[in-house]
Amino acid sequence: MAESIRVENVTKEFTLRYHRTFKQVTVALARGRQISDTFPAVDDVSFTVSQGESIGLMGLNGSGKSTLLKMINGVMRPDHGTVRTRGRIAGLIATGAGFHPQLSGKENIMLNAAILGMSENEIARKYDDIVDFAEIPTKFLQTEVGHYSSGQSARLGFAVAIHVDSEIFLADEVLAVGDKPFKKKCLERMEQVRDSGRTLFYVSHAGGSVKRMCNRVLILEQGRLIFDGDVKEGIKVLKYDDERPEDEEHFDSDEELGADI
Amino acid sequence: MTDSLQASAGASVDPAYDLGEDRPWEDPAPSRGLLEVFRRRYLLKLLVRREISARYSGSFLGLIWSYINPLSQFFIYFAIIGVIFQLHDSIPNFPIHIFSAIIIVHFFTETFNAGTRSIVRNKAIVKKMAVPAEMFPVASMLVSLYHVFPQLVILLVAVLFMGWTPTLSGVLAVAIALTIIMTLGTAMALFFSAANVLFRDFASFVNILTNFVRFGVPMIYSYTMVGDRFGRFADYYVLNPIADAVMLMQHAFWIGTLTEAELNFDDKGQAVDRLPDHLFTLGFTMIGVSLLILVLAQYVFSKLEKQIPERI
Repeated sequence: MAESIRVENVTKEFTLRYHRTFKQVTVALARGRQISDTFPAVDDVSFTVSQGESIGLMGLNGSGKSTLLKMINGVMRPDHGTVRTRGRIAGLIATGAGFHPQLSGKENIMLNAAILGMSENEIARKYDDIVDFAEIPTKFLQTEVGHYSSGQSARLGFAVAIHVDSEIFLADEVLAVGDKPFKKKCLERMEQVRDSGRTLFYVSHAGGSVKRMCNRVLILEQGRLIFDGDVKEGIKVLKYDDERPEDEEHFDSDEELGADI
Repeated sequence: MTDSLQASAGASVDPAYDLGEDRPWEDPAPSRGLLEVFRRRYLLKLLVRREISARYSGSFLGLIWSYINPLSQFFIYFAIIGVIFQLHDSIPNFPIHIFSAIIIVHFFTETFNAGTRSIVRNKAIVKKMAVPAEMFPVASMLVSLYHVFPQLVILLVAVLFMGWTPTLSGVLAVAIALTIIMTLGTAMALFFSAANVLFRDFASFVNILTNFVRFGVPMIYSYTMVGDRFGRFADYYVLNPIADAVMLMQHAFWIGTLTEAELNFDDKGQAVDRLPDHLFTLGFTMIGVSLLILVLAQYVFSKLEKQIPERI
């Protein structure tokens, strides 16, 4: 299989700024205190991914998963090392981030899809599919997104993101929103993506869904890659193996979103 | 073909999409700068449309507000400068003189101000999605440009009433003036939008700068007065590209409304130069200068760009 993602010695440092205003900086300098400090969010990480692999990216909060994903996605650039990808990248990251509350659902679908890299033709072709997937009633599409329920606008964001065709599919925070049926639909869709030969990059804390979705696991700890290999072993390394197989039970609280009409 | 797939998840993995086995290796965050903006012009179009329709959404007068601002400025200057300082007497057709300048000044300051804030305002997108950040200052410029045209229509109606006839050199002058401001405005917006991410102070600084712009161009005073007061230093005055753009607009609209006598002599019968010689040469030179500034701004922007998603 051809390679699809190549990450070589990638380091990303973040700067902590203790003092931001002119007054604070002057005082800190006068007292000989540090003005800023850096820490590596991602520290010398290297790996390659073949086309069609499905990778689970795991690690505790703050271990650098999102930063790594942002570098693969092209939002951030590494300070050292290189990231190279082949083919288009899409995925469920920051879905709905470009939504403008004062624009209608339809306008937001088009804008969001364009931000994610779809062309005018592609959007026209997929518009109906997106609306179907989001399950937003037609009359709502001319309404400002600001008036949508949080679940509705989250679903709209998901629906757009999931319809971007790509060689590489990145998924973060997939289970964080939506009601149970919608979440199930998203997972099914992701399995479809995986089975169609695309490269899948899946960030999750849920051992069960990683087991279900992925055939390889990467684990980050304080920015370093500490494990790269088999899914079951990886989950053992993280000590996540004592958890229930599916963690969907937690999310039933926003069930009313599914029946908004 | 799609039906079988759709049955399972309600949406299909597009069968028309050809999974490439031999796609080239790419940097996921390419730095092609403004070229990338041009390549994704459909997105640019949508962003511009979003700005235009969102700016006054929920307001009753809507787009009319875009004209109230320049019109109110016009009446303030007209009343204070024209009536109280009595410039009506020494500058013939003073309202046209002011209004052709206001269009240019307003275009530039809007581009500069909105452009400077544009990246910070689109924080949600810049932080999380792979979009060339140059997109936003450029969109701000285009939104401001969009608002120029109705103002031009107002001006045109006014000068037509005063017996003005269109000329080819006038059309050329307007084109040059707008090109200068588009280029220079984008350059300034580009540079300051990135700087504003690092320190929000820059937006306030830009506010002050735009005040200078208003008084650094022959709007409420005439070019003739600059020559009178500064003598040979007036040569330096025309090095300001915005002043040249303003004078090109006045060449196009104001000069054509003057009578033969007004054009060549002031109210005391003295011979005057209403506008500098070689105005077109100056204009073309300033397009070059603005392009140079734009290249420089893009260079600085590319240096700062890496910090934008983390510092915003």
